[in-house]
Amino acid sequence: MKITDETVSHVAKLARLWLDPQELAQLVPQLNDILEYAAQLQRVSLDGVEPTSHPFHEVNVVRPDVVRESLAREEALRNAPDQDQGMVRVPAVLEGGGGA
Amino acid sequence: MSLPTVKQILQSLAAGETRARDWVEMSLRAIREIDGRLKAFLWVDEEQALAAADRIDRAKMYQNAPLRGVPYAAKDNIVTRGVRTTAASRILENYIPPYNATVIDKLNQAAAVMVGKTNMDEFAMGSSTETSAFQKTANPYGEDRVPGGSSGGSAAAVAAGLVPFALGSDTGGSIRQPAAFTGCFGLKPTYGRVSRYGLIAFASSLDQIGPFTRTAEDAALVLNAICGHDPMDSTSSRQPVPDFADGIERGVKGLRVGIVRHLPEEGLEPGVKEAVERAIRQLEAAGAEIVEIDLPHMEYAVATYYLIAPAEASSNLARYDGVRYGRRAEASSLIEMYEKSRSEGFGMEVKRRIIIGTYALSSGYYDAYYKRAQQMRTLIRQDYEEAFKACDVIAMPTAPTTAFKLGEKLDNPLQMYLNDIYTIPANLAGLPGASVPCGFVDGLPVGLQIIGRPFDEATVLRVAHTYEQVRDFAWPKPVLGVAE
Repeated sequence: MKITDETVSHVAKLARLWLDPQELAQLVPQLNDILEYAAQLQRVSLDGVEPTSHPFHEVNVVRPDVVRESLAREEALRNAPDQDQGMVRVPAVLEGGGGA
Repeated sequence: MSLPTVKQILQSLAAGETRARDWVEMSLRAIREIDGRLKAFLWVDEEQALAAADRIDRAKMYQNAPLRGVPYAAKDNIVTRGVRTTAASRILENYIPPYNATVIDKLNQAAAVMVGKTNMDEFAMGSSTETSAFQKTANPYGEDRVPGGSSGGSAAAVAAGLVPFALGSDTGGSIRQPAAFTGCFGLKPTYGRVSRYGLIAFASSLDQIGPFTRTAEDAALVLNAICGHDPMDSTSSRQPVPDFADGIERGVKGLRVGIVRHLPEEGLEPGVKEAVERAIRQLEAAGAEIVEIDLPHMEYAVATYYLIAPAEASSNLARYDGVRYGRRAEASSLIEMYEKSRSEGFGMEVKRRIIIGTYALSSGYYDAYYKRAQQMRTLIRQDYEEAFKACDVIAMPTAPTTAFKLGEKLDNPLQMYLNDIYTIPANLAGLPGASVPCGFVDGLPVGLQIIGRPFDEATVLRVAHTYEQVRDFAWPKPVLGVAE
C-alpha cells in the first residue's frame, strides 16, 4: 500500500506541521521505503500475542498528595516567548486564518 | 592508550599529586586546541568549570566525593540549570532550563565538574550526529567520517581525549554505536537503572542515560554515581544497586557467553565480523564458555523500533508548540503559530519521524503498524528471556560497519536506520548493553557489544573488563586528538 502526497499532507496537518512542496516531494518516497520495510511485520503471525508498551512490568506509582514548593512564577516564565501580567501570552485563539 | 582514566585521575587527586583545577584546565586546553576541528561541543563554560574546580579543591566536604574533580561533558539533551540546553534543535535554540536533570545533580554531589554540552543528532534522532541543527562533529579517527550517533559529540570528546568521561543517551544504540565508531567504551544501563528526569524525551519506553569512558571500570565508577531510584522518574527502578566496580576483576571463568546462531549479517562488513569473532575467541581463551543461542525475531527489530520510537516521539514532541518556551514564529492565530513554530523549528529527520509516528498511531493504521510493533516487541523480549536461560551475557558486533563517511547515508534514511540492527533489540527488551573497542579496520575502530540480563550491568562490565586485559590489537593514534 503506497502512501500518497495527500496522506502525508493530512498526517502532517494532524501533527501541526506544514511541509513545503520540496519537503513533500522528498518525504513521500522516503516514507514509502520505510513503511514498505515495516510491512514485514504484517507478514508474521502475531495472533494472540500481548503487546508490550514498556520493557518491564510496571504498576502505577503514586506519591502522597502533600503541598510543596514549586517553580517560582518568574522562573517558569523566564523562557516564555511572550508574557503579560504574569501569564504566557499567545495570538488570538478564535480569530485569524488558522481556523481554530 | 595512555590518556588518563577516571580511576587514575581519582588516584592522583587522592595522593595529593594534582588538584581538580589541573584536570579541568587540561580538559579546557584540549578543547581549545582540538574542538575547532572536531566540533564535539556546542557549549563550553570555562569560567564556571574553573570556579567549580576551585570550590572542590578548597572545601573539605568534597574530599571523599566519588568523582571529585573529574571533568566531564554532557549530551545537550540533558538539562542543566542556567546553561543553555538545545537537544541540537532550532526549536530550543535559546532554552535555559530552570532545573537540573537528576544525573547532573548526582554528578554535582559526586563533585565531578561539567566543562560543557556536546553535539548530537537533533532530539537524538539519528545515527551520525549529522542531523544536529548547529554543526557536524568529526570522528577523531578520520575527519571525513561520522562519529556515530546520536551521542556523537560525547563519544568524540572522550575518544579525542578532551574529557575522561561524558554522558550520552541511548534509545536505539545512541551510546553504543558512537562508542564503537570512535573507539571508546559506552554503556547503556538497564531501562530504569538511571533516572530520566531532565532527559529531553525522545521515546520514553526506550530512552536511557549512560556513560562514555575509556574503560569498563571507569564506566562502573560513573554508573555508581548516576544510578538509583528517583522519585521524580516513576519509571526509575527500585532494584538494589550494587557497587559496579566491585568484583569487576573476577574474570570470566564459569561465565557463559552466548553467540547468536543465524545472526542477521546483511551489511555486516567482513573486517568487523573478523574483529568481533577474534574478541570472542579471546574471551574463550580467558576462560569463558561460548554457547550458541537463538534470537529468532531479531530480524524484525529495526521495523519494530522504527514504528515504536517515532510513535512515542510524535507524542513527546507535541509539547513544542511555541507557547511556554522554545522558538515561537510570528503568526496571527494560535493554530498558525503552532504550525509555523514547529515547521521552522524542527529539522527534516525530526519531521520525518513525527510524521511516521503520527501515521502509525492514526486511526485506521494503528492496528496494522503500532499494535503489531508492540506485539513483536513482546516476542523480541521473550527471545532474550529464553536465551538468558542458556547464557550469562550475549556477544555480537555493536554495528555492522565502521564509521561511514559524512553525508554518505544522510539522503537515505532507511539505510541509516539499518545501521542500528544490532543495538536496537536491547532497547526494545530494556536490557543493559556495552560496546568495548575490539580492533581497527583500515584505521577505524570496531566495537564488541556485550548484552546482559536486566539489572546485571555488573556481569556486562566484568566481561568487558576481562576482555580489555587480554586484547592485543595495535591502537592507532587518533587523527584529531590530544597528543599523549
